[in-house]
Amino acid sequence: MAKVNITIDGIKLQANPNKTILEVALENNIYIPNLCHHEDLVPAGVCRMCMVEVEGQRGQVVACKTLISEGMKVKVDSPEISVIRQTTLELVQANHPQDCNNCKQNNNCQLQQVTAFVGMNQKRFERMRKTKPFIEIDNSNPFFNLDHNKCIMCGICVRTCDEVQGVNALNYGQRGFNTIISTFGNRPIKDSVCESCGECVVRCPVGALYPKNTQIPAREAKTVCTYCGVGCNIFLGVRGDKVVSSRGDRTSIVNKGRLCVKGRFGYEFINHPDRLKTPLIKKNGKFEEASWDEALDLIAKKFSTRKKEKFAAFSSARVTNEENYVIQKFTRAVMETNNIDHCARLCHAPTVSGLVQTFGSGAMTNSIDEFYNTKTVFSIGSNTTAAHPIIALHIKTAKRNGAKIIVANPKEIDLCRHADLFLQQYPGTDVALLLGMIRVIVDENLTDKKFIKERCENYEEFINSLENFSLENVEIITGVPKEKIAEAARIYATNSPSSIVYAMGITQHTHGTDNVLAISNLALLTGNVGKESSGVNPLRGQNNVQGACDYGALPDVYPGYQKVNNKAAKEKFEKAWGVKLDNKIGITHTEIINAIEHGSIKALYQVGENPVISEADANHVKKALEKLDFFVVQDIFMTETAQYADVILPASSFAEKDGTFTNTERRVQRVRKAIEPIGDSKPDWWITSEIAKRMGAKGFDFTDVEEVFNESNSLVPNFAGINYERIEKVGLQWPCPTIDHPGTKFLHREKFATPSGKAKFMPLTYKVSKELPDTEYPLLLTTDRSLYHYHTSTMTRKVKGLRILDEEELFKINPEDAKLFGIEDGEMVSVKSRRGEVKVKARVTDICQKGVVSMTFHFFESPTNELTICEVDPVAKIPETKVCAVKVEKF
Amino acid sequence: MKNIQVIVGLGSCGIAAGANKVYDKILALKTLDKLNFDLKKTSCIGMCFREPLVEIIDEDGSYLYGNIDENKAVDLIEYHVKNGEPIKELVVKSDLFETPDKNFFEGQVKIALRNCGMIDPEKVEEYEARGGYKALRMIADMKIPQTEIIQKMIDSGLRGRGGGGFSTGMKWKFANANKSNEKYIICNADEGDPGAFMDRSLLEGDPHAVIEGMIIGAYTIGATAGVIYCRAEYPLAIKRLNIALEQARKKGFLGKNILGIEGFNLDIYVKEGAGAFVCGEETALIASVEGERGMPRKRPPFPAESGLWRKPTNINNVETFANVPWIIYNGSQEYAKYGTEKSKGTKVFALTGKINNGGLVEVPMGITIKEIIYKLGGGIQGGKKFKAVQLGGPSGGCIPEYLSNTIVDYDSVNATGAIMGSGGMVVMDETTCMVDMARFFLDFTQKESCGKCTFCRIGTKRMLEILTRITEGEGRESDVATLEELAYQIKDSSLCGLGQTAPNPVLTTLKYFKDEFVAHILEKKCPAKSCKKLLTYEVHKKNCTGCTVCAKNCPVNAIEGERKQLHFIKQDICIKCGVCFTKCKFNAITLS
Repeated sequence: MAKVNITIDGIKLQANPNKTILEVALENNIYIPNLCHHEDLVPAGVCRMCMVEVEGQRGQVVACKTLISEGMKVKVDSPEISVIRQTTLELVQANHPQDCNNCKQNNNCQLQQVTAFVGMNQKRFERMRKTKPFIEIDNSNPFFNLDHNKCIMCGICVRTCDEVQGVNALNYGQRGFNTIISTFGNRPIKDSVCESCGECVVRCPVGALYPKNTQIPAREAKTVCTYCGVGCNIFLGVRGDKVVSSRGDRTSIVNKGRLCVKGRFGYEFINHPDRLKTPLIKKNGKFEEASWDEALDLIAKKFSTRKKEKFAAFSSARVTNEENYVIQKFTRAVMETNNIDHCARLCHAPTVSGLVQTFGSGAMTNSIDEFYNTKTVFSIGSNTTAAHPIIALHIKTAKRNGAKIIVANPKEIDLCRHADLFLQQYPGTDVALLLGMIRVIVDENLTDKKFIKERCENYEEFINSLENFSLENVEIITGVPKEKIAEAARIYATNSPSSIVYAMGITQHTHGTDNVLAISNLALLTGNVGKESSGVNPLRGQNNVQGACDYGALPDVYPGYQKVNNKAAKEKFEKAWGVKLDNKIGITHTEIINAIEHGSIKALYQVGENPVISEADANHVKKALEKLDFFVVQDIFMTETAQYADVILPASSFAEKDGTFTNTERRVQRVRKAIEPIGDSKPDWWITSEIAKRMGAKGFDFTDVEEVFNESNSLVPNFAGINYERIEKVGLQWPCPTIDHPGTKFLHREKFATPSGKAKFMPLTYKVSKELPDTEYPLLLTTDRSLYHYHTSTMTRKVKGLRILDEEELFKINPEDAKLFGIEDGEMVSVKSRRGEVKVKARVTDICQKGVVSMTFHFFESPTNELTICEVDPVAKIPETKVCAVKVEKF
Repeated sequence: MKNIQVIVGLGSCGIAAGANKVYDKILALKTLDKLNFDLKKTSCIGMCFREPLVEIIDEDGSYLYGNIDENKAVDLIEYHVKNGEPIKELVVKSDLFETPDKNFFEGQVKIALRNCGMIDPEKVEEYEARGGYKALRMIADMKIPQTEIIQKMIDSGLRGRGGGGFSTGMKWKFANANKSNEKYIICNADEGDPGAFMDRSLLEGDPHAVIEGMIIGAYTIGATAGVIYCRAEYPLAIKRLNIALEQARKKGFLGKNILGIEGFNLDIYVKEGAGAFVCGEETALIASVEGERGMPRKRPPFPAESGLWRKPTNINNVETFANVPWIIYNGSQEYAKYGTEKSKGTKVFALTGKINNGGLVEVPMGITIKEIIYKLGGGIQGGKKFKAVQLGGPSGGCIPEYLSNTIVDYDSVNATGAIMGSGGMVVMDETTCMVDMARFFLDFTQKESCGKCTFCRIGTKRMLEILTRITEGEGRESDVATLEELAYQIKDSSLCGLGQTAPNPVLTTLKYFKDEFVAHILEKKCPAKSCKKLLTYEVHKKNCTGCTVCAKNCPVNAIEGERKQLHFIKQDICIKCGVCFTKCKFNAITLS
């Protein structure tokens, strides 16, 4: 773009032509007083403070709304401008409380800055000064307040809620002098559609929107958020030994400073009094406090006699890469078994089993910030705004940039508000829906023939399998009108680059792997993979679920997806660890529970997990756990599962340790210690290493996590180029094989990671879910997530504000079904399946289609997973938590 | 009784005066007595001061009867319809003989209002019978190219009748020049000025004229859809618009390949405004149509470039569109025949306030204000003295009596400090306090500010507070200077027309009636004897008979006095309601 020459106060400057006078001035450190400008937002020209003079133009112009042009000569000050600014300031200040010392924004206030710059003539000012009647402060939101009395009506909050967040909870209300910032119907913020992300609070230039907790930190630690797989970069603020704030890192490529309600306000659990502070040993059915030595020696002793097939470990998607490495090393090298798994089994196992077959690698193909330039985003089986809020923001930005959004979901999720097309398929019919789209693309000749020919294999076989997927059939199976399916197919195929986003709605089925294969078929057919902003993007659920898989907390692979039954790999690790390893693939999460129940596994070592709430058919899990000889739980809180333990070890939270998390886009990012471990808790890597050492094992004498990191990466070619020094500022995305490799923004650019280098089409048939509604259990229960809670809420329900914003489980049911079963909104109902019964409050909502009901699994009081079915995908062994049959009665 | 037509005026003004009852009465008589005459409906003919109006057309000619109630309606049927005896003393206009109200029509030239009061607005056939849709058919039959229409519009000299005064032809030219696969045409029917009802009468009286104008405009600029943004407070206009639109669709004036013009597809729908004055500003109107809060956006980009849904959009006012078919059919020269050098054609004005003939008039540009007020308007009510006229509503200003020879065209009116505006003409007499008048209009704009710009939101409020305290006798010497300072800054620093013009009523009253401000501030007196707080009611010693009527009627018991004795008013209790003044039969209450 050709630069434009302008002068500001005689200073010659060059800038891009699409910039405003104000932007160019501020970039060049020329201050023009302003109140309604924010660099993230479209200029509004509201405050009229940034008036300047442009040579040749009559009067003054608003600098924030005037684009620069060649040869423009700008004067930022003159007697006329001074007078206008003076009066503007007097009017802005006229009703503003002059009580800066008691204001939360003191010293950080734009109005103070402008006032200091423009200067106030007290005598002149008195003419305008008039106090307004006090308006009650809206303190309904648990995390922040809105004080209308301090508001200067700059509208930054309104524009943030619209342009950044796409929620539009705030707007102007009333007219004239009585104009205020208002929610719909001027209801309290808590009762509005506000998602409490706090983006408006961060941007408010005065003290009108301010957090309830206003403690200013003494120091800050740059780290990564512990909720969800997006991996937002944050600064944890610390005072003494307490975390008192969290703020987004504006320089971060991942979140660009933005945070969701959990990331910004959900840190209270760290210093929560319920944190486990000392080891506990169960004696006579009661937990008693114990010393570390006592607990660790007991564990070493018990584990020593329960090695090999008698032992299994559940590692954690919440702990660091280094800790996952240590735990899997301990399981394999010390306990001599590959029986290690973690909760990825319950979320994205089909992604790995599916995408490895077709692409050769089971991770997100693209980077988060590539969504900005995506032309079509196809979100299927992902409630993106609730489960991955910051990625949802990127998708909304894509929409603002002109992208088309297609949502396929059995429920009318929030993202539908932004969608160009919404397909509401019946749960479990995704294969039919996707193959229906594929059929349209093939029939209408919209395929990318060059891509198919050069980069794929098995096409003919695949094409021959499409016969049963006529649109008529697909419409009957999915319940989606065929015109919509065809339109979605056309948009996806022609408006590229197109990107598919998916999550648990795709994977948590007995045919989860088939669903994933169908998605990769669709992408391959249209050449929408292996390119920037175009690919297949499984959104990983937990903060380090990607890393837990990457670093070998899986029964079939060593770190870096090196097969345990591959001779070369086995020898490499035997050599590195100085032990003999078992080449037999271990058993999976669901199989481990079964093996415990059958009595073959005697001891279980569980880190940061809560299967009693999170596993399908939870009653069956409880029964199994009771049968264990010896059960060690390592966690930061006393969980429902920990109650079954023999020994509980207090672990440190993410805020108390160093290490790395790998986010959903394969980016390895540094986690940094902000405070000392709470009580007598210890980092997980230290605990596991101590157990190993007490069992006489070698290779666990780590002095810090960097040592662990270097050891693990030396064994994985794809991570070999990553070290702490390189990821000090910005994380690196694997594959990163050498020290000078820049990391990989998107996968499969030139060739796929399959042995042949080509992607593989997979013929598919449509299979129905295992348990569908019948006359006895007439409703289909599907599970979902709340924005305000995370997993089994062990952390989020320790945060008071999150508890207030989402206090209990809701059984969401369509109004027609509610009428049929005589259920009123808000009343308690009893939901029964063949496996259990749960009491829960009903929410009548047309978000759910007829015949489909839904619940989250965040609340132990209403344990949804006591209802779900533990039928698993034959390949990925994931339980079908998205489909089971239930009935409902008034309680 | 053969061939007799009875036509009842059923515009909002007629209905408000009771025309529905009159219509029902006539219908009942017709049905009951099985009378053989045509009973028809029409809309406002402009003589709002004579509503309800009933026109009877017999073999001899037309008789327009004014101030008809149910009883008089019975008489009309009895004498005129049944017996052929017109009741001459009730006739307000006739082509057969002179009536006292003849001046009201003399000097009017009806182009925009050509059908108002002449046709039943709910019948497209009547519109067509008077030449409706002929302009559109002419375009279709003769395949007149867009450029030619634009040239015709430019040549006619028609300028935006909403008050902007921008050349309609030029506007269409810009919208036509911006290429896009979607374009929109919008009719601004969000008439919000206090005292203005031109658009309402037009929409109620002749909706097809506006629709035909829009269709021609859409064809010219290449619009693919049209919106009539009409304020929800005009239910009758909205009802008649929707009837007319449905008729136009059925007749093929809207739809696909309109009148055989290949590729000319258009539909128009009505969007109801939610009652915000600022939505008459075109960018706020667009925001409102898009479902947003009606708040103005910065121009440029102008709507012609980026308007509704960011597509090229042309917005014209109701009256502008109503002129279009006439101009196309009769030719631009015919239209340009009327008016002055820079302001061609006619303009519709709504006459309100202290004037005898309150109503709607359409006059050629170039007529003087005096002519409008004294000739058409019949002078000031109660023979009082004419003081000033407010032109352009809250965005306009006042023109004092001594400038009443000012001619009505855009430039001459602007030169006085007022604006032409959309056509509201509020007439004030000697009893109107100009400070209070300025306060009234500022109160209106202040309340209607969208709240976006600092100056408009807070500055107008501060000005209003100053004006209020002046009218309450609390004015300070520095107030006039502060008012002027704020006024100019608000004009200069506001984003949209609302803020930029809000101080106009204050500035013009300051210009022409500064003495009234001074009297209020320095002498604590209201020369017009209108500002309550500055009034003192006193008992006239000589005239008081001690009848006690004033004391009995005083709502706050501020008057004391024995029977047949002189009464007196306790000033500290008196609330200046004026009840004593009106009740006293002996002129014994004085006002100072």
